[in-house]
Amino acid sequence: MKFLDEYRDPVAATRLADEIHCITTRPWTIMEVCGGQTHAIMKNGIDKLLPATMTLLHGPGCPVCVTPIELIDKAIALARQPQVILCSFGDMLRVPGSSRDLLSVKAEGADVRTLYSPLDSLKIAEENPDREVVFFAIGFETTAPINAATVREAKRRGLPNFSVLVAQVLVPPAIAAILDAPDCRVQALLAPGHVCAVSGWIEYERLSATCHVPIVVTGFEPLDILEGIAMATRQLERGTTTVENQYRRAVKREGNLEAQRVMNAVFEVTDRSWRGFGVIKASGLVLRDTYSHYDAERKFTLPIPAATESTECISGLILQGRKKPPECPAFAVRCTPARPLGATMVSDEGACAAYYRYNRVPA
Amino acid sequence: MCLAVPGKVISIADNDSAAKMATVSFGGIRREVCLTLVPEVRLDDYVLVHAGFAISVIDEAEAQEIFEYLRQMDESPPAVEGGS
Amino acid sequence: MADEDFKLSCPIPLSEYPHITLAHGGGGKLMHQLIDRLFIPSFDNQALRAGHDGAVLSIDKSRLAFTTDSYVVDPIFFPGGDIGSLAVNGTVNDLAMCGARPLCLSVAMIIEEGFSIESLWTITRSASAAAEKAGVPIVTGDTKVVDKGRGHGIYITTAGVGVMDHSLTIAPASVRAGDAIVLSGDIGQHGIAVISKREGLGFETEILSDCAPLTDPVQRLLQAGIEIHCLRDLTRGGLASALVEIALSARLHLAVDEAVIPVSEAVRAACELLGFDPLYIANEGRFIAFVPLQQADKTVEILRVQAPEVTPAIIGKVSDAHSGLVTARSVIGAERIVDMLTGDPLPRIC
Repeated sequence: MKFLDEYRDPVAATRLADEIHCITTRPWTIMEVCGGQTHAIMKNGIDKLLPATMTLLHGPGCPVCVTPIELIDKAIALARQPQVILCSFGDMLRVPGSSRDLLSVKAEGADVRTLYSPLDSLKIAEENPDREVVFFAIGFETTAPINAATVREAKRRGLPNFSVLVAQVLVPPAIAAILDAPDCRVQALLAPGHVCAVSGWIEYERLSATCHVPIVVTGFEPLDILEGIAMATRQLERGTTTVENQYRRAVKREGNLEAQRVMNAVFEVTDRSWRGFGVIKASGLVLRDTYSHYDAERKFTLPIPAATESTECISGLILQGRKKPPECPAFAVRCTPARPLGATMVSDEGACAAYYRYNRVPA
Repeated sequence: MCLAVPGKVISIADNDSAAKMATVSFGGIRREVCLTLVPEVRLDDYVLVHAGFAISVIDEAEAQEIFEYLRQMDESPPAVEGGS
Repeated sequence: MADEDFKLSCPIPLSEYPHITLAHGGGGKLMHQLIDRLFIPSFDNQALRAGHDGAVLSIDKSRLAFTTDSYVVDPIFFPGGDIGSLAVNGTVNDLAMCGARPLCLSVAMIIEEGFSIESLWTITRSASAAAEKAGVPIVTGDTKVVDKGRGHGIYITTAGVGVMDHSLTIAPASVRAGDAIVLSGDIGQHGIAVISKREGLGFETEILSDCAPLTDPVQRLLQAGIEIHCLRDLTRGGLASALVEIALSARLHLAVDEAVIPVSEAVRAACELLGFDPLYIANEGRFIAFVPLQQADKTVEILRVQAPEVTPAIIGKVSDAHSGLVTARSVIGAERIVDMLTGDPLPRIC
């Protein structure tokens, strides 16, 4: 596949890994923000090609992992209503709420449907006029314009039986929260390439200057990640703190202006609770008034019991890069993909799941 | 997050619908993709597709840069600055 | 097992999963947990403990293989087959994985009230055609009808008996350090063919299921004198699950090279788009064979001649470096662990 295969060339990967070894003179700690980057690193064994003194920390860029437990509970409550068809990306189906997940609720007979594109939920709404279709809209800036375009299209079609449960979050405020933490060990960041394809990196320039860290906008294939790490390392060795773009083929400084326009037409910024972080100001999206009748939280009255999180789960510390999965006492013992205590063990790109699947040697 | 896959736009739907749809080829398969977020796209462009929407048009010249850099590395190996 | 006191309580703690979930049928960890902790201890006997696809029974001077399987596939009709051909080939293949020639099959159908007779006719003809192609008669069966809303169209259970014309013990226990792992062809066709018909996940290109009987290639290997140590057909859970199952049963280390695992262009593209790993996608006409290293090339050659349209390959080796471990060399040359999934793979956008 063009623009994929070339970036998986083993000879080029070795060359870049050698370069990183050559230019590294000191231990460095780099955080890759995006869960997709974590997944690529673990699956391809990229961490094993790096100098032993280099530490990779895994960031909060997993929208599945950070979706607040209350919203999962709400999605489950909606799915259990007989007239509701709950549409979701596959990612969310196994994430545990307070006591269960969408997959187990589906097993009990709830109408939960997996979609690849949110546009398909509009088709389902049109084909089932006597049912209420709710789309569970998760994601970062990459997905926000897509969810926005879907809501806009629902309005254009005048669909009365469609609504969205909004769980959209924004990356830069979470990064700021991580970098501002007193025990932050992060010295450089690999910024999420697909988020930046939409949002651009202007806001990351402010972060880089304020928090004094080099930031490299990085893609997802092995050569992208290795080149991103090389660029970050070069800056660390030089002592510079600017934003660079490794993912040049897909990302421009201003991002995708049309996507931003659609996103801003439908959503506005709000404070949002992040699972494992607490409330981060101006870090989420909510439907604007003109679209508020598509908000499932307004359309349905749902009695929600207080959400309870596992007391043992340290997903929050993992997402902030303050701990690594093997440092959790429950990791691989009481917390496994079959019985996850928290979201980072469930999502394919959660750090705990990635470590469990690719790095752990079974006893 | 954000699984996005590159594909080639091989046909664009010829209607006035607000949701501009196209057929995109991903090497072995083809799928309908919405082009609403990339109004500048043309036939035969490569786009990055996420959740059924194109979010970016791939800059083919920039895509070659890393390979040009690697070629240069091969021609003049970097000075050994530090330990491995 | 004999040492344990007889317990009346359910061996799977209710706090974990008081109800069966879909993941319990997915071919991954939860399903194996259900089988290992609930079914096998309840039915415990020597044949069952061998842990292979079919039971091997010695009767007089013959060795027979006996197996059963149920088919609940959705959609019932998919590109390249339907539940009828699947039900026949699946059981024929379980027999083939013991190195057995199928002698006869039974077919039991549970049909939902309201199911179309025309669909039933298509499925029956399809099962008949598959049986004829596999050279095995369907000698007995059963038919039940359940109330509307309780049957999802149709469920089929097949059982089969086969005879083993060889004296090898083809089972995980026979796998040896130093063996080569041969894969009979490209992976992921069936799973992607099925998912391509699912609402919201489809695409325009037609990918056909690889559903096919495997008796012939296995018999050719046996006739050529290949000392087959173990066979496993790849079904739900994909290549990865089959490798992990064998590694655990044989208590050995299986190391594969991702770069040489054959995946068709279309399956690869579909997996990239939906966020799947081809190693975990279902197959219905592929198997892995564990053979002595010096016979690996000959094994691949025989498979290639038998089915020129597929791409057999040596994909790895067995060692005793670790017990019960599967590792894969990634496309960029670094090693990672291959584990079983918990349930069915789910499409993702993240």
